[in-house]
Amino acid sequence: MTEEMSGAEMVIRALADQGVQHLFGYPGGAVLPIYDAIFAQKKVQHILVRHEQGAVHAAEGYARSTGKVGCVLVTSGPGATNAVTGLTDALMDSIPIVCITGQVPTHLIGNDAFQEADTVGITRPCTKHNYLVKRIEDLPGVLHEAFHIAASGRPGPVVVDIPKDIQFAKGIYSKPKTFPHTGYKPRIKGDIEKIKQAIDLMAHAKRPLFYTGGGVINSGNAASDLLRELVKLTGYPITSTLMGLGAFPAADPQWMGMLGMHGTLEANMAMHDCDVMICIGARFDDRITGRVDAFSPGSKKIHVDIDPSSINKNIHVDVPIVGDCANVLEDMVRLWRTGAIHPDKKALGDWWKQVDKWRGRKSLAYRPSNEVIKPQYAIQRLYELTKDRDTYITTEVGQHQMWAAQFYGFQEPNRWMTSGGLGTMGYGLPSSVGVQLAHPKSLVVDIAGEASVLMTMQELSTAVQYRLPIKIFILNNRYMGMVRQWQELLHGGRYSESYSEALPDFVKLAEAYHAYGIRCEKPGDLDHAIREMIDVDKPVLFDCVVDPKENCFPMIPSGRAHNEMILGDAAESLDSAITEEGKMLV
Amino acid sequence: MSETEHAKHLSLITVVTTGTPMVIEQIKNQLDRLVPVHRVVDMTLLGGSIERELAMVKIKGSGEHRVEALRLADAFRARVIDATTESFVFEITGKSDKIDQFVELMLPLGLVEVSRTGIAAIARGPEGMSAR
Repeated sequence: MTEEMSGAEMVIRALADQGVQHLFGYPGGAVLPIYDAIFAQKKVQHILVRHEQGAVHAAEGYARSTGKVGCVLVTSGPGATNAVTGLTDALMDSIPIVCITGQVPTHLIGNDAFQEADTVGITRPCTKHNYLVKRIEDLPGVLHEAFHIAASGRPGPVVVDIPKDIQFAKGIYSKPKTFPHTGYKPRIKGDIEKIKQAIDLMAHAKRPLFYTGGGVINSGNAASDLLRELVKLTGYPITSTLMGLGAFPAADPQWMGMLGMHGTLEANMAMHDCDVMICIGARFDDRITGRVDAFSPGSKKIHVDIDPSSINKNIHVDVPIVGDCANVLEDMVRLWRTGAIHPDKKALGDWWKQVDKWRGRKSLAYRPSNEVIKPQYAIQRLYELTKDRDTYITTEVGQHQMWAAQFYGFQEPNRWMTSGGLGTMGYGLPSSVGVQLAHPKSLVVDIAGEASVLMTMQELSTAVQYRLPIKIFILNNRYMGMVRQWQELLHGGRYSESYSEALPDFVKLAEAYHAYGIRCEKPGDLDHAIREMIDVDKPVLFDCVVDPKENCFPMIPSGRAHNEMILGDAAESLDSAITEEGKMLV
Repeated sequence: MSETEHAKHLSLITVVTTGTPMVIEQIKNQLDRLVPVHRVVDMTLLGGSIERELAMVKIKGSGEHRVEALRLADAFRARVIDATTESFVFEITGKSDKIDQFVELMLPLGLVEVSRTGIAAIARGPEGMSAR
């Protein structure tokens, strides 16, 4: 299966051979030969974005909602530098992306040529791997290896930088069967002795807890199924990071809600007080641990991760298991089923009683209002009105993102696309473009903030062009809400530059883009307005005007421990049985 | 660092660093996850590895200083690899502290500049890195 063709044709051919259907990109001088090759075929559909950052986020949404590799094509210089935010986002959240960048011709590299940037230099710290292809002979192998590396092991973004003369050069194309990087062999199968140790610890636990993360989602649907099976078998409580939401159904009684800085009281207290922590596909990041030296002081910790560099990085663990979540979970389920395991029923009963006591604090409670829309209420109504549909949710970054994580109940994996590690404002809108392309019949909602969404608003134009009926549900509080919240709590209420003095009229803005605009200001009108948003077969900008003063609770202030949470005033007032403890906690 | 096995496109890179055990483990894992890296071996944990450096040391001087420099070079088994009527370049190999000491001794004798490689290390015994 070898054929002679140009480098540009090889790019499109390799994408087609990898099963790529959609390529998010933006043309420019250094990728014109590849655009010519796109023009000549129908297998790979090019999606024209409005900014290269949007291309990468769209590819991320596509990848995260399908489990496939997302593909991006951008030009040299500014095309590549504009993609850097998206690449870094994909690296932090382990999203498989292949990004093809054009480069000036090889003889001009290092010459300060027009639209030249040192793309491999710039993207080295923000990719899993990158290539500068200087010989046409190397191109087919590199293209296919890029997909292999992006998707295998801990997934991540891979950049292939292709000078323009290589795109024009003729060479022989074939799909390689092996790759030269013999040192790259991700460990999939966990060490069975370690897994036995883990099962032994779990079997004798008195206050156990599952703490799971995005690795379970990345590992595929089988991992989520196995996790559900193991959690059911053991009967232990489970919490998850922001990235892991949906791997375990939020409607299940064993589910304790998200943990971490804005996690539930029960999840964080259980993390602090547990005696065996079973961490699967999460990485003990600082939003999760809070103060490291006070993190879950009394527990033995089991950590399953495919990336050895995630283990013992922040927190010392007792049983490290390097391997793919699905693989390790399969072993765990088998060992648990076949072993003579007699959990301490009395201790577990007490533990669940304690968990229920924490739950009784209703840490997510807020004061409802008939006058003004509470942002939490808006998410709750959105959830109620969309939960029976085939729905995908993306978000921007800030308070709205945390409220979405707290109040939208995710029952399935791959339904929740959010920027966790990098915290990229402007992620949600372009991401929803990618999700909608992958799932044309589904309902795709970007839960947004008015500040975030303005960072990548231009992608609404992309949605309109491709008739993608994404719903942008803006919780508009006229503040960069999370910044304002931190200024209120930590900087004496000096709201330096966090108020949006001049916001656009989002309804008119939608009309200007040939999309559909809705504004809602009263709680009583909300359900009707949300139904209208769902029913309109067009991209919708929904300006949901919410209480500008609302803060996101509970909260572990940075540098504090899990048992030093701040609760909202509504949660305190509901607390009657354990007042002393409550006072201590606030 | 240079290519050490041309046919296999292999280079043996020696990295010298300090840190707590947790930091060292993290450094090794971070190196290991780089796609082009074939293998990471901790020479310190292995024990008994051999470490050498090479330095070229230029001195300028005349009379007694010149004689003394030559005498010391001889004691350190440094070789003269370039000479003019007013200068020498010595080549010296050895452990880092030996080279440090030699350079310090050359300082009052007209040291001009030093070019040194940093540590290259290899394990003792019959096994190569790929076998570990």
